[in-house]
Amino acid sequence: MSCSLARSGNKMKAKCKECGADIEVPDDALPGEIVTCPDCGLEYEVVSITRGKVELKLAEDVGEDWGE
Amino acid sequence: MSIKISIIGASGYVGGEILRILAQHQHSEIVSLTSRQYAGEYVHRVHPNMKGIINAKFTGDDPLKASSNADLVFLALPHKASVKVVPKLMKTGVRIIDMSADFRLKTPESYIRWYGYEHPNPELLGKFVYGLPELHREELRGAKYVSAPGCMASASIIGLAPMVKKYTPSAPIIVDAKIGSSGAGGKPSPSTHFSERYGVIRPYKPTGHRHTAEIEQELRLVSGKKIDVAMSAHAVNQVRGILTTSHFITDAGIKLPDVWKAYREFYTSEPFVRFMMDKNGIYRFPDPKVVIGSNFVDIGFEIDPYINRVVVLTAIDNLMKGAAGSAVQSMNVMFGFNEREGLNMAALHPV
Repeated sequence: MSCSLARSGNKMKAKCKECGADIEVPDDALPGEIVTCPDCGLEYEVVSITRGKVELKLAEDVGEDWGE
Repeated sequence: MSIKISIIGASGYVGGEILRILAQHQHSEIVSLTSRQYAGEYVHRVHPNMKGIINAKFTGDDPLKASSNADLVFLALPHKASVKVVPKLMKTGVRIIDMSADFRLKTPESYIRWYGYEHPNPELLGKFVYGLPELHREELRGAKYVSAPGCMASASIIGLAPMVKKYTPSAPIIVDAKIGSSGAGGKPSPSTHFSERYGVIRPYKPTGHRHTAEIEQELRLVSGKKIDVAMSAHAVNQVRGILTTSHFITDAGIKLPDVWKAYREFYTSEPFVRFMMDKNGIYRFPDPKVVIGSNFVDIGFEIDPYINRVVVLTAIDNLMKGAAGSAVQSMNVMFGFNEREGLNMAALHPV
């Protein structure tokens, strides 16, 4: 089986600070866009993309009542 | 290339699950399915999920006759029944995957300590490979005799192996295991009667569970250290599934990225190991619900800096990665097949 549902175009890679996974960032991503680590789910905000280099920062955590 | 396979004790849950997997395995040909209790009955009368897939009857043949033209025999017999059959089968040259506990432990003393009996064939214990490909893949290649691990032991060992390899616990590791009703097998008893079993969270073995022996054996092997394990087992309101929650106390001052690194180093390209953690969504840690019917083992972990604890969570389907799935995975390694062959199914969801 093959599956190709990813956003087209080139992608840059960044490393997740928590789990070390590669996070793919489309090269047409815009500042403010949220990208998610595929392994641990940590969310990052795209700060800037310059000359093929992407800068990410941890996205603001949205408070959620997950307690039971 | 196909291999001829005989399943001895094919009417139990594990036998049925092996059958379900092999029915879609392109290198297997089933030559015999035995059941003393259901000899002469259609397989689908006991395993109704197989109706329309396999049209066969159980035979009452003794294991020697049933395996006479087989390349491999799965022994899905109760503990202490396998040990009576294995020495005879070994003389025929057939390869064996034993699903019971009779050949899991490496020393006869362990059988006295944990199973309360003197092993009648201690000289054979060293001939069996412990059938966990994640730890024993090289020994499994070409192996003649394999002992399939216990279900809760599988979950615990796969979850904890990377931790003990890299770090030394400062206290016994505590394993809290929860398992569904199919773990008790297909034979009914008063405690499995629906009225008594439904809705329970039953701590059926708070101490002294037999799988502790396997967990310690394998974790000591992988770490080279004297790892002690304290396990408690609970029966919960599921048909399938195991969740183990393991508490690893350490003075090492570990941070979450360190744990990730340890697990990534240990499981570089395992076909059935998944890291199941997410910061959002419904399934933020492993849950047996999303492995049911598959051979995956889902691992998650979290740090508790308050008491220097790493909590390791592992979820499996007890009949798949905890028994039949792992056994077929071992078979694939033994015979040089693609390790995913017959096992490439996703879990059911929702279920």
